[in-house]
Amino acid sequence: MEWKKITTPLSSDVIKTLKCGDLCLITGKLLTARDKAHERIAQMSAAGEILPFELKGELIYYVGPTPAKPGEIIGAAGPTTSSRMDPFSSMMLELGIKGMIGKGKRDRHTKELIQKYCAVYFSSFGGAGAYLSKRIKSSKIIAFDDLASEAVHELFVEDFPVVVAIDMYGEDIYEHAVQQYR
Amino acid sequence: MRSRETLPLAAETLNILIENIKIAEEEKIPLCQDCGSVIIFLELGQEIEITGEYLYDAVNSAVAEAYSKFYLRKSIVADPLRRKNTGTNTPAFIHTDIVPGKTLTIDVMLKGGGSENMSALRMFRPTDSVEKIIDFIEETVTAAGPNPCPPIFLGIGIGGTADAAMLNAKKALLKNPGDHNPDPFYRDLEIRILERVNNTGIGPMGFGGNNSAAGVYIKEAPAHIASLPVALNLNCHSFRKGRRIL
Repeated sequence: MEWKKITTPLSSDVIKTLKCGDLCLITGKLLTARDKAHERIAQMSAAGEILPFELKGELIYYVGPTPAKPGEIIGAAGPTTSSRMDPFSSMMLELGIKGMIGKGKRDRHTKELIQKYCAVYFSSFGGAGAYLSKRIKSSKIIAFDDLASEAVHELFVEDFPVVVAIDMYGEDIYEHAVQQYR
Repeated sequence: MRSRETLPLAAETLNILIENIKIAEEEKIPLCQDCGSVIIFLELGQEIEITGEYLYDAVNSAVAEAYSKFYLRKSIVADPLRRKNTGTNTPAFIHTDIVPGKTLTIDVMLKGGGSENMSALRMFRPTDSVEKIIDFIEETVTAAGPNPCPPIFLGIGIGGTADAAMLNAKKALLKNPGDHNPDPFYRDLEIRILERVNNTGIGPMGFGGNNSAAGVYIKEAPAHIASLPVALNLNCHSFRKGRRIL
């Protein structure tokens, strides 16, 4: 299959070319956040506090890696289930993120927001944590270090493989997948 | 498995999962960042006398040591609502059966959160048809779609009480690929369910394909005349478990 090479930050022009089912190799910066980090961003925003990092233009990767062995960059680092972050989609897109990487379905609201904000949702390969760790070239915790594996990490990735799961036109790979057989 | 996939993305996904196993093995990296809850099944021979440390403390010390030593992710919170991480991946979830004899069988299963979250229980009428049960299973697996990381292994507990059915669904996952229920009736049912699940089209990681499940295991139990519980416990493609007999 053909892989499309893209780099972050993702521009709206690039996002417009991405179609549901496309295979992409991402190079550039990602920020990690999963359940607890999203909850904390929401709490800080509600309290009017300034976040210790900028979300505008960022691509968020839903991951809680295993600890790095001595001398390694990171441990296993595959995507976690995205639907748990659905309640935060509106907040995160409002804060300026351009896309999300995780695995599995999103709710209808998130899908509508992806269209509204000209964003994209990628699925990576769930359970391929060892494989994906090899595509991560650097990792450092930039906020919420008390959350351990749930802290916000800044990652630089090279040819990180993902599938366009929901494109900015609202097409959803998980709906297409099952329909092909019905 | 790969030869059964006609869709290129399904085949590519299986290639990546196979490559993942190779890398994990060669470089001693966990297969998945979710190193799971540790589920322990103990079968304790009734002629054994255990001396010294409390057995469950010993199990938990071993879990804490392994998760630290092998750089595994600690995914357990001490309290479900206040959610403070214990930092050791303990406690393990331990189930003990007393059995005849003088051996101790220890089954260890590492169960990821994504697949565990797709568990289901339905209390059927005793007069409901097997077809209706199969429909429920198909509905549950289809609704779960990509979330439990297919191709899945499906544990099914049928009969018993609600709690027993749920536990049996998980115990059923102690079976290995290729294993079947010894009762031909349930063996045939396992095969029928596997076929139905693979016909849903969910495919590897839910991207579409013929491989939605790699194994279906049923553990049945006696039930009340009014009850027919059916419990489902899903496991991702990372089927991580081991057994020691002492």
